[in-house]
Amino acid sequence: MFQTRRHPFGALWTEFNQVQDEFAKWLSRAGTPATAPQLTVWEDEHAVYAEADLPGVDPAQLEVTVTEGNQLTVAGERNPPEVAGAVWLRQERPFGKFTRVVGLPALVDADRVEAKYTDGVLRLTLPKHEAAKPRKIVVKGE
Amino acid sequence: MTNLAREAPAQNGPAAPAEERSVTVGPRVDILETEGEFLVVADMPGVKPGDVDIRFEKGELSVHGRRPATREYDPTNYHRVFRVAETVAADRITAELKVGVLTVHLPKVEAVKPKRIAVTG
Repeated sequence: MFQTRRHPFGALWTEFNQVQDEFAKWLSRAGTPATAPQLTVWEDEHAVYAEADLPGVDPAQLEVTVTEGNQLTVAGERNPPEVAGAVWLRQERPFGKFTRVVGLPALVDADRVEAKYTDGVLRLTLPKHEAAKPRKIVVKGE
Repeated sequence: MTNLAREAPAQNGPAAPAEERSVTVGPRVDILETEGEFLVVADMPGVKPGDVDIRFEKGELSVHGRRPATREYDPTNYHRVFRVAETVAADRITAELKVGVLTVHLPKVEAVKPKRIAVTG
């Protein structure tokens, strides 16, 4: 689909923070591009919240599902930049299909899940199922 | 990674209060070349268009985006600097930020563009 130059890091574009670049390669999930967006999950007494960085994804291609009350799946696809006649000089941004499945810390009400996608960040609010909410037990004195 | 990236000049971005905690990361970048321009495409999730600072000076392109703090994260600075060897028309550089992806267009100056030379017989 694209041509790639034989020496993409040659004289044309050099980067200052080359050490940082090497670190980025070590630390990034470069081995599994696009397959596993990182999810941050936290909860309070009312809901479970999840957030994922998914820059450049068409919201229509994002699929969020909850199964069995506590299995969250985020799936989608990211397309490469479409530029007619372009030659790649550097390619770090992953593209393709991705799927991420996580077990949530509580049962949630799948019918009331809210999903927002702004500035390339997916934010989910998953209200807890009534049965999963903490209940205050009144202790009766005699 | 954080400390190394901080070596980049601090004045290159929207100024942050010195005491504020923040992290700096190098965003993932694609660079493409067409006949007429270079394209730098950078992932900057969570950054709004008003919080991006792009500079081009003496053949150096620096891109900086500031992501506000969220409940789970400190503010994040996306920062990267490139040296561009080929001549870029600095006054015609444009950029757009859409769904967390920054695209910088760097048009080539006319002299760098390939020209077809007509041969007369």
